[in-house]
Amino acid sequence: MTEIKASMAGSVWKLVASKGEQVNDGQDIAILESMKMEIPIPAETSGTVKELKVSEGDFVNEGDVIAIIE
Amino acid sequence: MFNKVLIANRGEIAARIIRTCKRMNIKTVAVYSEADKESPYVSMADESFLIGKPKVNESYLNIEKILQAAKESGAEAIHPGYGLLSENADFARRTETEGITFIGPGADIIAKMGDKIAARAEMKKAGVPIIPGTESAVDSPESAKERAAEFGYPVMLKAAAGGGGIGMQAVYTDEELEKAFEGNSKRAQAFFGDGQMFIEKLIEDPRHIEIQVLADKYGNAVHLFERECSIQRRHQKVVEEAPSPVLSEVTREKMGLSALKAVESLGYANAGTIEFLVDDHENFYFLEMNTRLQVEHPVTEQITGIDLVEQQLRVASGERLSLSQNDLIIDGHAIEVRIYAEDPRTFFPSPGKLTNMELPEGPGVRHELAVNGESQVTPFYDPMIAKLVIHGENRTDAIERLTTALQEYKIEGIKCNLTMLEQVVSHEKFKQGETKTSFIENYYLPTLTKQ
Repeated sequence: MTEIKASMAGSVWKLVASKGEQVNDGQDIAILESMKMEIPIPAETSGTVKELKVSEGDFVNEGDVIAIIE
Repeated sequence: MFNKVLIANRGEIAARIIRTCKRMNIKTVAVYSEADKESPYVSMADESFLIGKPKVNESYLNIEKILQAAKESGAEAIHPGYGLLSENADFARRTETEGITFIGPGADIIAKMGDKIAARAEMKKAGVPIIPGTESAVDSPESAKERAAEFGYPVMLKAAAGGGGIGMQAVYTDEELEKAFEGNSKRAQAFFGDGQMFIEKLIEDPRHIEIQVLADKYGNAVHLFERECSIQRRHQKVVEEAPSPVLSEVTREKMGLSALKAVESLGYANAGTIEFLVDDHENFYFLEMNTRLQVEHPVTEQITGIDLVEQQLRVASGERLSLSQNDLIIDGHAIEVRIYAEDPRTFFPSPGKLTNMELPEGPGVRHELAVNGESQVTPFYDPMIAKLVIHGENRTDAIERLTTALQEYKIEGIKCNLTMLEQVVSHEKFKQGETKTSFIENYYLPTLTKQ
């Protein structure tokens, strides 16, 4: 089980992956937006998206868990 | 002169414009979003209007709300600052239609120079050197490849409507071009509603040098020399200086004359900047024109002693330019560093609560601030929270003062790029004037992996 964490504080602009989806290492899970910059949050491992901890529009701090991959 | 001016902007630039207005006894009107209620610039203004929610398209980009505030307050003119609506031709046009003066050039000029293809054509006509490239948009990856073969790789792929590095990519092969074409066109379509792409020859490892111009409504114009702004991260400037550490007197003169040709050909009035790419042999090529005040304008003010905002207000109100080219001289050297709320290693934004701020003081030190010691830095706007501007007798002196000032500068509570700036300006290559656009990549990023 791997936790995918936010690399910066900002709002969740888009959720690219959905729950139950099979993702590959490096594939984007979500895109965060802050201060006019969009930062993709990629999966750091291949597996199934077990849980998405955030919704679009949510504010996250650096280090907050975005998704759990199994 | 105007009695009252509305500033359609926020942060440090709103504060900076208000300062000059106060000195000229002009009343000021600020507009602010819910996120900026506590911003220092709001309380500096004589009046302020809440114009909407934090997101820019619900506040600072809301033309109707801003015009309504202008009318309600009785402002006779609007200063758009930089960014936001400053290069929005519709806003300029609507402002003028309402009988309010837009402090900037005419709407048609803004529109023309905002369209990269039209701007290139205009500059070519004016006799300003341009980078070899396509005169119109290329419609497919295939025709893009044909044109790239004509100019020779590497080429730069650019979105016609792009900005801030979005929709822009250097490519070195046919394969790269094919891949990049679709991706960037889609991105430009999503961001700017215009997926048109064009191609130009890539000037490798250039310097970014720009000429400040000032023109009145009667055809009088001067240039205020150059600013070198080559040190960039994510295609955004970080360190700017005037004059350039390397430009010869002959090239400076030539670039100034070129910029004035552009002004004359356009019938441009107000302050503007012509940006050029300059190669190792001091060949210079038109990059774009910014039809507004720029973030880095203070370095020009420091070396010329001219308040550019004052000049903007004067020419917008119909006064004749009181400066002539022969009066203008370069006094010493000025450097500006942009202080960003961001991680100094990844350059990712770092919003949060600023808990303490200590500013260096001393001769030749100028501050432009969007925050005070206890500001909330929100995720809604650009991460630039302050600018530090240093004026010295010469470049060496300016660098020494800047280094000391950066060591004394303190920001607590949020991440910022002060350590990065310190490393950049104390780097031997910076001192030698090796200020190319690749500086961060070549001389800063490698020091991070070593740590």
